[in-house]
Amino acid sequence: MLATKRGAYLNSSSTNTIKPRKIKNKRSGAPEERATFKSPIVPWLLLFPTLLILTAFIYYPAIKTLLLSIYQANLILNTQRFVGIGNFTDLLSSPAYQQVALQTLVFTVLTVGIGLLLSLSLAYLASRPIRGAQYYRLLLIFPYALSPAIAGTLWLFLFNPDIGLVNRFLEPLHLARRWLDDPFLAFGLVTVAAIWKGLGYNVVFYLAALQNMPTDVLEAAEIDGANASQRFWRIIFPLLTPMTFFLVFTNIISALFDSFALTDILTRGGPAYHNAGITTFLIYQLYEDGFINFKIGTAASQAALMLLLVAGITILQFSLGERKVHYGS
Amino acid sequence: MAHNTKDLSFKQSWLTHLVLIVACLVISAPLLLAIIKSTQISSDVYSSKLLIGTAFIDNLQKAWVQAHLGRYLLNSFIVTILVTVGKTVLSLLAALAFVFFRFPLKGVAFALVLLSLMLPTEVLIIALFDFVSRDLKWADTFTAIIVPFLASATGVFLFRQHFMNIPVSLADAARIDGCGPFKFLTAILVPMSWNTIGALAVIQFVYVWDQYLWPLVIMQNDQKQVIQVGLRKLIDVGGQTDWGTVMAGTVLAILPPLIVFMALQKQFSSGFALADEK
Repeated sequence: MLATKRGAYLNSSSTNTIKPRKIKNKRSGAPEERATFKSPIVPWLLLFPTLLILTAFIYYPAIKTLLLSIYQANLILNTQRFVGIGNFTDLLSSPAYQQVALQTLVFTVLTVGIGLLLSLSLAYLASRPIRGAQYYRLLLIFPYALSPAIAGTLWLFLFNPDIGLVNRFLEPLHLARRWLDDPFLAFGLVTVAAIWKGLGYNVVFYLAALQNMPTDVLEAAEIDGANASQRFWRIIFPLLTPMTFFLVFTNIISALFDSFALTDILTRGGPAYHNAGITTFLIYQLYEDGFINFKIGTAASQAALMLLLVAGITILQFSLGERKVHYGS
Repeated sequence: MAHNTKDLSFKQSWLTHLVLIVACLVISAPLLLAIIKSTQISSDVYSSKLLIGTAFIDNLQKAWVQAHLGRYLLNSFIVTILVTVGKTVLSLLAALAFVFFRFPLKGVAFALVLLSLMLPTEVLIIALFDFVSRDLKWADTFTAIIVPFLASATGVFLFRQHFMNIPVSLADAARIDGCGPFKFLTAILVPMSWNTIGALAVIQFVYVWDQYLWPLVIMQNDQKQVIQVGLRKLIDVGGQTDWGTVMAGTVLAILPPLIVFMALQKQFSSGFALADEK
């Protein structure tokens, strides 16, 4: 399936010179069966650098994070006191952290929901057989190459309440706003900026999936008299489920983490609203507590919570992905 | 779409064109405005003027001299290229082991690579910072922003998928002809894998070039800082932000990943079409 998908995609792009490879196996042929070389030592030598780096810089810090989170560290005395789940109960009962968690949830739902809906619509339109489609596609996906930090810088320049370009245009209409000082506007702005930043990535994936649609099914539906909206909702949309499913999860992860550079440059987590800055999301709070306020214990328990959250999301992705998803043909 | 499909007529497609044109304009607007403003003199930058000016070189020079833009860009290049090359090489080696070797505990080793996808650097940042700065004493060195990122689960998966599509007979023939695993890798696998290598290169280049949080916390030495964090400094310079300068710096910082992306766009898209199957 992999092979046909890839081949179809390459065939459909207009100027490519890459020939689709001839492929025999279907996906996930058991690796054991194709093992050619027999040596007990060489494969471990080949794996050694990768496993060493993963162990030292991913698994060791992960375990350390969990350990740190159940101790209360005192940096001045350099002592640690076991507090068990104390850090977690403190954290979860703190109104500020609750607000930050809720804001993160709202931000994530909005960016993922609106972002995917927009990306799907645009990818669908750009995949129609129209003149100049390849130029539209290129213009739709290029924001992928922009970093969250650059997105933050661009949007800060545009929406800066005092010198920003947007207010320059809105002033004659008496519509200028304090974009970054008003909590609701700032939250909306960060959300829109994050959606904008994510569009390119999502459109790339949806375009690849749309261009690999089995045309026979669509033609059959057309012959049977299905109209455009029926074809989209009854055939195209269900066939895209695996892609949507995959994108929902990657988008959740990027809403949780890529938002850091964006908010750090655009709003610095502000403006203040009730118990916390309204654009302070989980990762920003973690950074603030760990590297600005030097509250290592609470930062470590936040990190541990996020670690469990991401692990949970990943496990959900793998277990749901196996059952619920329609994997094309 | 494929060549043989006929384009829709104007009557059928004008609305699609209209929506797409508006969407492309809105999506490109922030970047277009940044480019325009990066060319204007300071007094015009804050006006609503939208004409290309003549001050781009001036603005760039200011960014280069006052805010060490050149230094940041060079640092980013060094780090990004080393990490991209390193990730590619290590992933090729690991995929070679997973696909063409039989050895005990292979499943465990593979699970170890797989599970690392679950743990983004950001959630490990507190412990990682502690380990890298206190135990390894790597703070303020390039080592700190290069070595921890040399392994790549994504790379291992991409190459593994790709290698599994290579006929077994080819590997067997190579072995019978007396080709060792390393020779097999360099003489046969790598030449057959340029598309996948290209796809991975784009993904990794963009990922490493865009890194922000880790360099922000581990690199206190401004001389070794990368461009993404440098932008933040550029905005802060002297309290009063010179936005023409910032925009010139931003435009320059966008170019490298954009060029890599454009150059390898085909491989990138097909690489992603593969990646979603993992």
